[in-house]
Amino acid sequence: MKGFIIKEFLHIFRDLRTMLILFGMPVAQVLLFGFAITNEINHANIAVLDQAKDEISIKITDKILSSGYFDLKAVLNSPDEIEAAFGRGEIKEVVVFEPYFAQKLEKEGRVNIQIITDASDPNTASLLFNYTSGIVRDYSREMMENKQPPLQISIESTMLYNPELKGVFMFVPGTITILLMLVSAMMTSISIAREKELGTMEVLLVSPLKPIQIIVGKVLPYILLSFINASVILILAFTVFGMPINGSLIFLLLESILFIVMALSMGIFISTVSKTQQQAMLLSMFVLMLPTILLSGFIFPIENMPMPLQILSNIMPSRWFIIIVKGIMIKGLGIAYVWKETLILVAMTVFFIGLSVKKFNIRLG
Amino acid sequence: MTTNRPNVIEVRNLVKKFGDFIANDNLTFDVKQGEIFGFLGANGAGKTTAMKILCGLQAPTSGDIKVAGFDVYHQTNKIKQNIGYMSQRFSLYEDLTVKQNFQFYGGIYGLSGKQIKERTEYFLNKLELSHVANKILKEIPLGWKQKLAFSVAVLHHPKIVFLDEPTGGVDPITRRQFWEMIYEAANEGITVFVTTHYMDEAEYCERVCIMVDGRIEAMDTPSALKNKYEVTSMNEVFIRLARAQSTEQ
Repeated sequence: MKGFIIKEFLHIFRDLRTMLILFGMPVAQVLLFGFAITNEINHANIAVLDQAKDEISIKITDKILSSGYFDLKAVLNSPDEIEAAFGRGEIKEVVVFEPYFAQKLEKEGRVNIQIITDASDPNTASLLFNYTSGIVRDYSREMMENKQPPLQISIESTMLYNPELKGVFMFVPGTITILLMLVSAMMTSISIAREKELGTMEVLLVSPLKPIQIIVGKVLPYILLSFINASVILILAFTVFGMPINGSLIFLLLESILFIVMALSMGIFISTVSKTQQQAMLLSMFVLMLPTILLSGFIFPIENMPMPLQILSNIMPSRWFIIIVKGIMIKGLGIAYVWKETLILVAMTVFFIGLSVKKFNIRLG
Repeated sequence: MTTNRPNVIEVRNLVKKFGDFIANDNLTFDVKQGEIFGFLGANGAGKTTAMKILCGLQAPTSGDIKVAGFDVYHQTNKIKQNIGYMSQRFSLYEDLTVKQNFQFYGGIYGLSGKQIKERTEYFLNKLELSHVANKILKEIPLGWKQKLAFSVAVLHHPKIVFLDEPTGGVDPITRRQFWEMIYEAANEGITVFVTTHYMDEAEYCERVCIMVDGRIEAMDTPSALKNKYEVTSMNEVFIRLARAQSTEQ
């Protein structure tokens, strides 16, 4: 077993191409995805905290909801509920009306609407804010047209989690996810397929090694390397971009290991269905990489996708991992808030390990 | 002289089907300890399939098969500890050094570090290849690699070593040297089960079994076969058998 792991490391270090992918990738990706991408908003989930519930506040709420850009996900009753609503990740924005809204507008000629957005996804947050404030401003212009002196509804913006709207907050979790996926799944699938291609897998199967020993021997080095990789990105994010780690670092690392193991088991599965390295590489590319980039919510917000793609994104392990990473790093959440996502990842891991061990056990055809 | 030695491979009525295709049709044969047993046939005659079954890589459809005294249905793990294997595609790691390959394979067969070191030195000295011990395999000639691959296959001193077309693509001189290694292994009591389609190599075997279309067409010593068909070389024996087969159809 020990010999096996040593041999695997020797393969990795002797192969320049592998080393490049392993350690050149983080830098390249960090640079590439540093530029964020703008998108449109459609049916974003929001909540309303209406402390006045009078004619004007209800009208404004209707206006916002009838625009088609927003769906009312929750009605909050006190400011204390705001934090929790964001923590659950159900909503992207809360619109807050202050108490005695209409009365105050009448008497003082000036009221406040507070728009709180979840800026852990900075693009979406600023878009949401612009859309909402646009609607409110339209309304106030219509209503106040003939009034003298002009009444004023002022809009106050609060960005939660990421007040400076840093794009890095979005792309670091995404980059970690893609990278771990790439290194773990693609590298293992290729290295197993290589043994098949060269005929050495046959010799391993004829040897007294059990299939499970072969698998563990193949993946253990990659777990370690992926783990180092994840740490490198986290350090880069922390030192260069000033990305905070608000939650528990240990918890974050544990979740990363879970995701790595999940990706590795997918890699093993891919290698069992492909005969050559090229096939393994292509399969990893199309089955793992592209969907991870496109459907995980990393670049394109999931809420804006067409329904079939939204459903499809549910089976992307990376989608759940990104939620976890963002939750821990930016929102400082603990297991109480991300246990569902964690459970999904655990289930996927078990599924893929089971599948690949079963496939692997079938004798070489 | 072969009669007094015990059987290390016993095959009775081995059948292997892939769907409708019958790869091995009712094979029955024995191989004795220390024997060099040649398994001949054209490509697709079923040699490799039979060998894979004996190595525990594939399960037979039916038949009684014992390798090194163990049953291929339930005791493949015991079998694997007692055999060595060299495939037609080398089986050594091209990006590791010679020494590292020995260490790795010695390790997976459970040899201790000390044993591996001794055996590695022994084989490298014997092959006069000590000077390439720390070279990456990619950089050394094909013929040497083949000899190294054989050494690795018998590194743990198995009861039986299976060689699947071991000399493909090698020049006649290297082939000759390769067969000297096979003789040495047989002298040490290792049974050699070798598949090949080089008929000149068949002459080196103690006993050969010629397969045509999944069946055993002939099995005997090379000289007995040549006498029987009244020809001077194994190549002609093979052509006779293959031709008889095609006229039948």
